[in-house]
Amino acid sequence: MAEHTIKAFDEEIDRLRGLIAEMGGRAEAAIENAMLALQRQDKKLAAEVVADDKRIDAIEAEVEKLVIQVIALRAPMANDLRDVIAALKIVSVVERIGDYAKNIAKRVPLIATNTRTLEPISLLPSMGQVASEMVHDALNAFAARDPDLALAVIERDAVVDDFYNSVFRTLVTFMVENPKTISECAHLLFVAKNIERIGDHATNVAEMVYYAATGQTLPERERGAGLQTED
Amino acid sequence: MTEEQIKLAIENPKMSARDVKVFYGEKQAIKGVSIDVGMDHVTAFIGPSGCGKSTFLRTLNRMNDTVASARVEGEITLDGENIYAPSMDVVQLRARVGMVFQKPNPFPKSIYENIAYGPRIHGLAAGKADMDVIVEKSLRRAGLWDEVKDRLHDSGTALSGGQQQRLCIGRAIAVEPEVILMDEPCSALDPIATAKIEELIHELRGRYAIVIVTHNMQQAARVSQRTAFFHLGDLVEYGVTSDIFTNPRQERTKDYITGRYG
Repeated sequence: MAEHTIKAFDEEIDRLRGLIAEMGGRAEAAIENAMLALQRQDKKLAAEVVADDKRIDAIEAEVEKLVIQVIALRAPMANDLRDVIAALKIVSVVERIGDYAKNIAKRVPLIATNTRTLEPISLLPSMGQVASEMVHDALNAFAARDPDLALAVIERDAVVDDFYNSVFRTLVTFMVENPKTISECAHLLFVAKNIERIGDHATNVAEMVYYAATGQTLPERERGAGLQTED
Repeated sequence: MTEEQIKLAIENPKMSARDVKVFYGEKQAIKGVSIDVGMDHVTAFIGPSGCGKSTFLRTLNRMNDTVASARVEGEITLDGENIYAPSMDVVQLRARVGMVFQKPNPFPKSIYENIAYGPRIHGLAAGKADMDVIVEKSLRRAGLWDEVKDRLHDSGTALSGGQQQRLCIGRAIAVEPEVILMDEPCSALDPIATAKIEELIHELRGRYAIVIVTHNMQQAARVSQRTAFFHLGDLVEYGVTSDIFTNPRQERTKDYITGRYG
């Protein structure tokens, strides 16, 4: 894209995009590390995830400040305007994604206190993997202004939803058979729900990227996992 | 016309231009512009210097007639009537299609006389009482009445720049125009005087078809409902203002409004 006549405007936009890339990378790492900590019952790694979330929150505040400054001083128009508005909305969503990862990490010590093996844990890493890839791709789509990649992320939300339904069913069955694990399994249910929400949020980011890149909004679609297993 | 422009064609347009070309001697300043202007919206013409926006504006009330080398081709209609037809009375046309210029240019006469002059030469007032009504109504519509009602016989040139510009708008309004053309009406004014003119444009909308040429894109965004972007004599894009400023279709429009032009 051609440069602005006013160079400082380009510098601010670059800084904005750099911050969002960093934030996305951190959110992605938070998900991966939280899942790793859960799998390995690694309390130290879990504690790191919780501590690192502060940086994600700080970037959100920094981006908000910068966006307000750009709007006030540069009066961005057209694709520039869509970009900064998308940036503002994306950081608040990525901050939530960070919170979900942190919440998963916080549950690790509660699950790890027990030496009993919880078979359903083995289902969660692949689910977390898909969600974290969605976050990765959604932010790459923002960096590259790539509406096709954004659409691909949106498509993938169904995979996370299917995972969630399957994990839910497995956990309920497991709890029925092993009532002593109900406390831990309840935590695992929340972990699965958190990942499912991360998938929804990555989808929201992708929708904003699509709008910023094309100026078109996508038609409203069904959000969240179907509730067929919960009746 | 492009598909986009046809979509924006207005039912019962006040003015319509079809394939308008303007030449200054050998040089072509406008390269086949088609556009409709309606009563319900303010239309803004934007574009870089030399893009033809002011030249095109001036074709709408035949101001280019005064330029010896200027030649206009194509068709421009006011209520369906060709304004370049030999039968068209140009003086009458300019009363119906009024104009406000960049620099406020009140007559060196009293505030009252500035407004009364047009109605008098067009025979719009039956007597002094009638004229008083026209002067008050015009100054009220121009948002100036309260500021000048006690000094109507002071010179118009003694007013501030912003007041002078509103006086000029009042003067245009006084002859009951149908269309008001504004060529950079705020570029010589400070932000507060500018805001007052913009508010006035907003109030006048619907009563008159208003076309404004502006270098200030924020102003176009604030006051207009339709925006036309001109570049090198072409009408590059014409659309709903909020669309033009959030999602322009043409690369040239986008580069210009985002500050990437040139």
